[in-house]
Amino acid sequence: MGIYWSVGTVLLLLAITAPLALLFGYGGASAARSQIAPLRWFGKTYMAVVRGVPDIAFFLFFVIALDQAIEYLRHKVLCPDWDMPVRQGSDFVVCQQAKMPLGNAAQWIHETYGFGLAVVTFSIVFGAFAANVMFGAMRAVPRGQLETAEAYGMSRRQVTRRILVPQMWVYALPGLSNLWMVLIKATPLLFLLGVEDIVYWARELGGTKTPNFTDYPHSDWRMWYFLALLIFYLLLTKASEAVLDRVMARLTRGQATAGGEAQRKAAV
Amino acid sequence: MSCLQTIADYGLRSLGIGERLLPRSDFTLCQQFTLIGSGMIWNIYFGIFALAAGFLLATALAMGKASRHAVLRKPAEWLIFIFRGSPLFIQFFFAYFLFLSLKGAVPAFGLFTSAWAGALVVLFFNTAAYSAEIFYGALLSIPKGDTEAADAYGLSGWSRFRRVIWPTMLRLAWPAYTNEAIFLFHATTLVFFSGFPALQQRGDALYYANYFADKTFNPFVPYPILAGYFIILTLIVITSFGLINARLNRHLPSDTRKKLRIRPQIIR
Repeated sequence: MGIYWSVGTVLLLLAITAPLALLFGYGGASAARSQIAPLRWFGKTYMAVVRGVPDIAFFLFFVIALDQAIEYLRHKVLCPDWDMPVRQGSDFVVCQQAKMPLGNAAQWIHETYGFGLAVVTFSIVFGAFAANVMFGAMRAVPRGQLETAEAYGMSRRQVTRRILVPQMWVYALPGLSNLWMVLIKATPLLFLLGVEDIVYWARELGGTKTPNFTDYPHSDWRMWYFLALLIFYLLLTKASEAVLDRVMARLTRGQATAGGEAQRKAAV
Repeated sequence: MSCLQTIADYGLRSLGIGERLLPRSDFTLCQQFTLIGSGMIWNIYFGIFALAAGFLLATALAMGKASRHAVLRKPAEWLIFIFRGSPLFIQFFFAYFLFLSLKGAVPAFGLFTSAWAGALVVLFFNTAAYSAEIFYGALLSIPKGDTEAADAYGLSGWSRFRRVIWPTMLRLAWPAYTNEAIFLFHATTLVFFSGFPALQQRGDALYYANYFADKTFNPFVPYPILAGYFIILTLIVITSFGLINARLNRHLPSDTRKKLRIRPQIIR
């Protein structure tokens, strides 16, 4: 049964991470364009730092760092009269109440917490990339469009909401769809973060003898399980390609771009 | 123990030379720097050999994909789709178990169950597929005038390819190919986290960084060290590819040259 659930886990991760990363990306891009200097610096630093650090190292690093940060904060709040240092040599010690999740919590809470950490990590990383794409897209919207809106007396906020945001998507989509493909291909890394995902189950179920399943002895099937995973991902890629093509066609409609012009000519 | 002693003991540990046991307690900064640096040998090995061999296959695949004959085009398209459409992580797993099963039938395949050969094969095909797509794009954007000029000079077949098409393709593709190279070096860190075992704890840089993070519960030291090593490696790659780029573009006036724009991606 586990493997079916884990396919759901992967799809759930995609479903939660994509909008979250988009939100982070939009926030980062808006911050980087902001008129307030500290906010602008924050946005730019966010994009630069996350994009500069090599790939998986970030995933491995961030999950532990996030976990320890949460526990440390809870420790400060919940146990104010704790007098020992938190970092004792090579151990990270916080008081019992600050443990996240609590030591006596049910198994599913532990799993959900692990999954949640993974989602946040994925969102932060992909958010930085999305921020970069959107930052570029916002600058790609023709200046004349914004100036016209300003000439009509719209405030900066109105310009952003009515002109900039509706128009930026067509410029952002190629980059974002690329990012979506990368995100799909990054999901097996959940395994490294300790979530029982499809990679975990393929190894478990395919192996000749596992602690979980001893009832059905069979030879080493792991190769076939991974072949199935390979095909699963290929299909996912193919399907998203088709969907994204349609979205692109829809977004291009009526835009002042080469694609929009081609559509207009085809219709005439 | 002095730092020089540590370097002597662990400098080539990733190749199995030097101290047999990894440090278990009282980790010093020097040990972390040395061991993670020692692991970089593997990252560089995988990167260089996969790039060099993949370059040749990529050229062939790009020509195949651009071919008018379906016999050449279809296999090239499929190979590119399969390796670009699925996660590298799953490819590693699948390849490892494939080689493991083949080993049962043909003992000669036992060679490929070890990381140095098996993972290299996967990385070779993977980078070939990604580079082939880049080269194919460049092939399509070769200026029409160039090929017409080649025809006018009476060049055809092999000499037309060698003197006009291939150099122009490389020139156009080089900035994107540099990104692919950087990206490949980052991807080498996945090897020992997939199926391939690190025999006698001879792993790559991320393997050792992860080892230290696990033992010390402190991700804030080993991962930044790893990141530092990778930034240096990336700078070396950028510099050497920049030199080749300058050579490829040496006939152009300096202001029309395509500048290298470094945009590392995350995970494939």
